[in-house]
Amino acid sequence: MDIQVWTYILVGITFALYIGIAIWSRAASTKEFYVAGGGVSPLANGMATAADWMSAASFISMAGIISFMGRDGSVYLLGWTGGYVLLALLLAPYLRKFGKFTVPDFVGDRYYSKTARIVAILCALFVSFTYVAGQMRGVGIVFSRFLEVEIEIGVLIGMAIVFFYAVLGGMKGITYTQVAQYCVLIFAFMVPAIFISMMMTGNPIPQLGFGSDLVNEPGVSLLDKLDGLSEALGFNAYTSGSKSTIDVFFITAALMVGTAGLPHVIVRFFTVPKVRDARKSAFYALLFIAILYTTAPAIAAFARTNLIQSISEKPYAEVPAWFTKWEETGLIAYEDKNQDGIIQYVADPATNELTIDRDIMVLANPEIAQLPNWVIALVAAGGLAAALSTAAGLLLVISTAVSHDLLKKTLRPDISEKKELLAARIAAGCAVVIAGYFGINPPDYVAAVVAFAFGFAAATFFPAIIMGIFSKRMNKEGAISGMIVGLLFTAAYIIYFKFINKEANTPENWWFGISPEGIGTLGMLLNFLVALVVSRFTKPPPQPIKDMISDIRIPKKLK
Amino acid sequence: MQNELKPYIYTMSEQEQHRKYWRMNLRYLAILLTVWFMVSYGCGILFVDELDKIPLGGFKLGFWFAQQGAIYVFIVLIFVYMWLMNRLDKRFNVEEE
Repeated sequence: MDIQVWTYILVGITFALYIGIAIWSRAASTKEFYVAGGGVSPLANGMATAADWMSAASFISMAGIISFMGRDGSVYLLGWTGGYVLLALLLAPYLRKFGKFTVPDFVGDRYYSKTARIVAILCALFVSFTYVAGQMRGVGIVFSRFLEVEIEIGVLIGMAIVFFYAVLGGMKGITYTQVAQYCVLIFAFMVPAIFISMMMTGNPIPQLGFGSDLVNEPGVSLLDKLDGLSEALGFNAYTSGSKSTIDVFFITAALMVGTAGLPHVIVRFFTVPKVRDARKSAFYALLFIAILYTTAPAIAAFARTNLIQSISEKPYAEVPAWFTKWEETGLIAYEDKNQDGIIQYVADPATNELTIDRDIMVLANPEIAQLPNWVIALVAAGGLAAALSTAAGLLLVISTAVSHDLLKKTLRPDISEKKELLAARIAAGCAVVIAGYFGINPPDYVAAVVAFAFGFAAATFFPAIIMGIFSKRMNKEGAISGMIVGLLFTAAYIIYFKFINKEANTPENWWFGISPEGIGTLGMLLNFLVALVVSRFTKPPPQPIKDMISDIRIPKKLK
Repeated sequence: MQNELKPYIYTMSEQEQHRKYWRMNLRYLAILLTVWFMVSYGCGILFVDELDKIPLGGFKLGFWFAQQGAIYVFIVLIFVYMWLMNRLDKRFNVEEE
């Protein structure tokens, strides 16, 4: 059977599964809609968190980015896993004990202020919309390449599926669909990795194969071979970095702290019954995430080696079929600058003849390695699972921010439960449509805005929540001024370098050599500093708030 | 440690107990987060070039920490925290019913 038939079969089966689960787990109350009734087991929540977190970016883009960045790609690996340590140790157990529905709930209650709540709502909406646009684009890429439909139709199908289970099932539907999606995506990610690792190094475990010797060149390790190949073409050695140490440090920190501050991840810990379960499910979540995150750098190295060996200095007339297929999507482009009919893929832009979109590496990898057709189709189903599960989690945050935080808690406190549930469904529906619009007409600055979202979460939510738990002295004046300073500083720096003065976006002009991707870390430090100073000169929080802090620090219910 | 704590628990007021519980929690956090910082920012970023001089199978050690090792340690850290806190909850009798 050819790839396309296999893809229709596998994608069809997985979509039917998701819809089946959605029907089985409809939400009947707002509590079920917002936090799945608070009765999800830690293991299921761990899987759901993993699927929620691992988006199209993790599944489709990350290994490709690492493949082109070499050691510098570690910022993503460390940043997107290390954040879970912060989440598990500093946030999840206390927020579970707090026991409401959303992040703006916590910020609004802890800082006894509508202003704080509204700032938090705006941050949650901004971060989530930014993300969701990226997911829909991922869905579009997979559909257009593997099912050869228009990107628009691909996005519409994806929208219809997400609409169905997010609007119907709320958090309950999303949670159980995400469990299924985790299984699909991890299987789809691992199968080709194991195949390729076996082929190249004889070791079935990619994490080990990546540090082993090559099968066809005994005595030469894969990474040494790749360093040699890269240097011969004028690239940096794969295992050495080219970014400055301070920049790598700040980017990693911004991604870590940003991860711990993302509302769609935090809210998953509201769904388990107890504090103990929150700790346990954070452990499961990182365990499940790490399976993919420790395999991704192996795939990156395999793919890079395979890519260079299969196309560098090869005649264009004899390129393999996958090359032509991807050329049709415009994601690979060849320009024969010296008219010799041979592909020169080198670091020097003046003589380089090949441009490859980094996003295609994971999707093209099984084809480059000539794996069976069903494996290639499986990767397509996995990419869709990753994109849809994250999109659903984000849509829920958006709908909750509107129906619960804005409507119920701020504008219309007297609204009935039934009406609130209806509002949540309508908000989720609208959010799907907006996300779909961005998927079909992706703003060309998606990548830039995603970096913004992390920096933003790092510079606003993270300090506000941490101080809310760990400092009894922190008051609303401190927290609000901290969030505003963190936000304005980070936004100003990013907007200046990414939108206003793009030419100046070079290490010589950056403050202390910190790129806009890493500036959220400095924004976070400023937030902490401003909040601490301001809170010293203003009134301490009232007694009931201090009691609330004492309460969330202890798992047991206090009288 | 168990013997050192036990006698206090029954003599301390509930509030004092909770304060002590929180202080122990903070101590665990300080230790675990130091390890967290050392493996990721230390081994994987700040000292990566020095560690790269040491081979680990087909890897350079610094590169291995940055792309593999630190992540394994993260998992262990969360597991240890979970285990320590569950024990602490029991010892101070603050478990959720």
